Amino acid sequence: MSILQEEVTRRGVIAGTGALVVSFSLARAFAQDLPPATPLTPPVTLPGSLDDERFLDSWIRIDADNSITVFTGKAELGQGIRTALLQVAAEELDVKPEDIVLVTADTGRTPNEGFTAGSQSMQNSGTAIRNAAAQVRALLLSEAAKRFAVAPAELKSENRTVLAKDGRSLTYGELVSELMLHVEAQPQSTLKDPGALRVMGKSLPRVDIPAKVTGGQAYVHDLRLDGMLHARVVLPPSPAAELSEVDASAAEAMPGVVSVVRDGNFLAVVAEKEFQTVNAMRTLAATARWQERESLPDQTDLPAELQRLEREVGTVAEAGVLSSGDNQFEATFMRPYQIHGSIGPSCAVAQMKADGSLDVWSHTQGVYPDRAAIAEMLAMPEEKVHVIHMEGSGCYGHNGADDAAADAALIATKVPGRPIRVQWMREQEHSWEPYGPAMLMKVNASLDRAGRIASWAYDVWSNTHSTRPGGAGALLAARHKSQPFQPKPPELNITPSGNGDRNANPLYAIANKRVLWHFLPDMPLRVSALRALGAYANVFAIESTIDELALMAAVDPVEFRLHHMEDPRARAVIELAAERFGWNGPQMPKNRGRGFGFARYKNLAAYLAVAMEVEVERETGRVRVVRAVSAIDSGEIVNPDGIRNQTEGGILQSISWTLYEAVAFDRTRITSTDWSSYPILRFASVPDSVEVHIIERPGEPFLGTGEAAQGPAAAAVANGIRNAIGKRLYDLPFTRDRVRSAVGHA
Amino acid sequence: MTISLTVNGSSHAIDADPATPLLYVLRDDLGLNGAKYGCGLGQCGSCTVVVDGEAVLSCMVPIMLLEGREVTTVEGLGTIDEPGPLQQAFIELQAAQCGYCIPGMMMSAHALLRRKAQPSEEEIREALTTNLCRCGTHMRILAAIRRAGELMRAASLPGPDEGRTG
Ligand code: FES
Ligand code: FES
Repeated sequence: MSILQEEVTRRGVIAGTGALVVSFSLARAFAQDLPPATPLTPPVTLPGSLDDERFLDSWIRIDADNSITVFTGKAELGQGIRTALLQVAAEELDVKPEDIVLVTADTGRTPNEGFTAGSQSMQNSGTAIRNAAAQVRALLLSEAAKRFAVAPAELKSENRTVLAKDGRSLTYGELVSELMLHVEAQPQSTLKDPGALRVMGKSLPRVDIPAKVTGGQAYVHDLRLDGMLHARVVLPPSPAAELSEVDASAAEAMPGVVSVVRDGNFLAVVAEKEFQTVNAMRTLAATARWQERESLPDQTDLPAELQRLEREVGTVAEAGVLSSGDNQFEATFMRPYQIHGSIGPSCAVAQMKADGSLDVWSHTQGVYPDRAAIAEMLAMPEEKVHVIHMEGSGCYGHNGADDAAADAALIATKVPGRPIRVQWMREQEHSWEPYGPAMLMKVNASLDRAGRIASWAYDVWSNTHSTRPGGAGALLAARHKSQPFQPKPPELNITPSGNGDRNANPLYAIANKRVLWHFLPDMPLRVSALRALGAYANVFAIESTIDELALMAAVDPVEFRLHHMEDPRARAVIELAAERFGWNGPQMPKNRGRGFGFARYKNLAAYLAVAMEVEVERETGRVRVVRAVSAIDSGEIVNPDGIRNQTEGGILQSISWTLYEAVAFDRTRITSTDWSSYPILRFASVPDSVEVHIIERPGEPFLGTGEAAQGPAAAAVANGIRNAIGKRLYDLPFTRDRVRSAVGHA
Repeated sequence: MTISLTVNGSSHAIDADPATPLLYVLRDDLGLNGAKYGCGLGQCGSCTVVVDGEAVLSCMVPIMLLEGREVTTVEGLGTIDEPGPLQQAFIELQAAQCGYCIPGMMMSAHALLRRKAQPSEEEIREALTTNLCRCGTHMRILAAIRRAGELMRAASLPGPDEGRTG
């Protein structure tokens, strides 16, 4: 059901029956039984996700017992969104955060806010909840004003109570009537003045951390339902493998085994205890015979392979006339396939119930899209599938979460009744999660005589960076079934926030430029959204080029950036990072270099600049970032420590991608199957210090934080190495071998 | 086969396949959440627990080797209402993003701090060699372990502040 239909249907409920709709979930349940009414005139735009879910009680419910429930369609992914949304709601409702119960992503209860992705939770859900909360409070005040026969301005609210000057008071629960909040939101709200904020802008401790450090139930991995069985899947040994035969008898005879499930290439085993399941999975895998074939590109020639896959070209930006001059820089940069690599492999629990409905607990980023995909895979009506978000291990984009959910769902339909818990093995997560796509970037830029950028040609070759559900074909289990679903063919689409072309258009003032996305529809390796999408590699290539141009112009790289930057907020983060780093300080010691990187994420979200001191061991080629100093402007601040935590994490993760990470494969199989064949950052190589300085922008829109550091941090590492050894590295990652050969220690 | 061992101070008789790694016994038989499955290969440290004072990768140790041993998991360091010093420090410094790696980090740190109340920066990093964090929480983890050391030392100091922390 589309959002619009649902919307209209729910209006139908109110207009047609006058039924008392006391909560979102009831509204939804009613809505499903009623025919759509005639569409109304197009509605006015409402702030954030209110535009899609327009009723206040979709977001906020107050009960007669004075309890407050806030609903968000966004999910906690370890980014602290739960805490930040509580702060926003508590602020505008004039209550304490602990007075609110927050319900996150659940197809039975919360609004449909699509995916929790793209650093957009604060813009979408934060904005919606903030405005809804302000409007709810205004409704409560005006109800109290009526009952006390005074003007609303005479009243104040605190502690879930409205107080009159003469001492009379009514609790929110006493003021609310069942229909009061079932009204459409208004386009304008009276938000608190930045100066009056009590909860927002403060570092409220994260509400999820105490359970996580004391062994509480914190993840879907920890969900233990009555009668729950364990399942493991046997995934094919290579992407194109077909199951030719399997003898299930040995596995079936093992202790605790309840069932072996086969459906085409989908193979799984279900047992009473978890380790029994793991053993049975190994036995089953050993008896499975697969027909494998070469389907992967030649890893040693990836640039050529990517260019061969080009089918279409999209123009991302175009201005003026390109030219070539004496001061020209031309280069080719490369980014390999990289993994999300959550420390906890994907996990889900599903239960097929006697009434024919299916419950699925998943760490998916999108409960509604995942529900649609699972329902399609199982040929079930969507309303029979209930997807509930529970936290997983760190997410960083489209990892194996939806696949594990589909595995559990498919197995649950074959072993109905008892809850089925599926967890992927480490090697399954490494070899089957959708990777961040390999990318090739070519730059050709030149300076004029005054040392300004005269011409800029930029070409990026990339797959799409999003193959999320939408459609059962996005789920591995659905592709492996005997009646398989096909992935949706990807389409080239140039949008303001970008995809493979995210941040491909530099924010610097360049009069003559042309930016193209060479689109590769075929995906020889399974790929999808990895934190920051194309912005990671595009910013790396752009900011590396900017440094080379600055060298050519004989201008300090920070100065050079400022010469080409008009946006005052961009200038502010660049200046702040440089100042706090001590950019104009003394020369770096031998074998150390300093590097700078900047981007405005998506060219429309958070601004981030980072300076790094980088150490290179010439003999071994080992690189270590010694310190990183960053400055970020992500609009109005809800939780400063949350912004710092996310930014520190982004910087360190990007350092890891940049120094160590590339998926390895031969023509048939993925060969990066664990942490020794796919190494990441370890404590020995972690910097001495990482600083995050936040620029406050009271009253400005939320810009999101989670992905802003990925590109600039990579660039700062690259530029730091260049500064330390006098040679530029073009191919990610900067492994010891590559660094050694750059310094001439081949 | 039945194996007797002590987990967080209580004794248990475990009836399981003797080859079962401790991790599965903790999670599946005893219902504890602290030790996490990350790789099952001894590569990530998310399953770290302490056995007789030593940090151990519970995914690698079969239960048959643990007869009579004493196992501590993150649940044994304190509770949500009365967190122990390591837990307090991790909460105080907000040393978690997704938090999945954190119990393993805390158990590596617990073994270290028992051995050495005031470890150097090098020694802390060394103790965490096997522990991977994908969220990039490393700086805060290091700081929280230093802070936990302080809290423990303050708690064990004689004098008017005895028994108090911070
Ligand atoms: S799960 Fe034991 S080391 Fe990874
Ligand atoms: S906090 Fe997520 S893996 Fe460490």
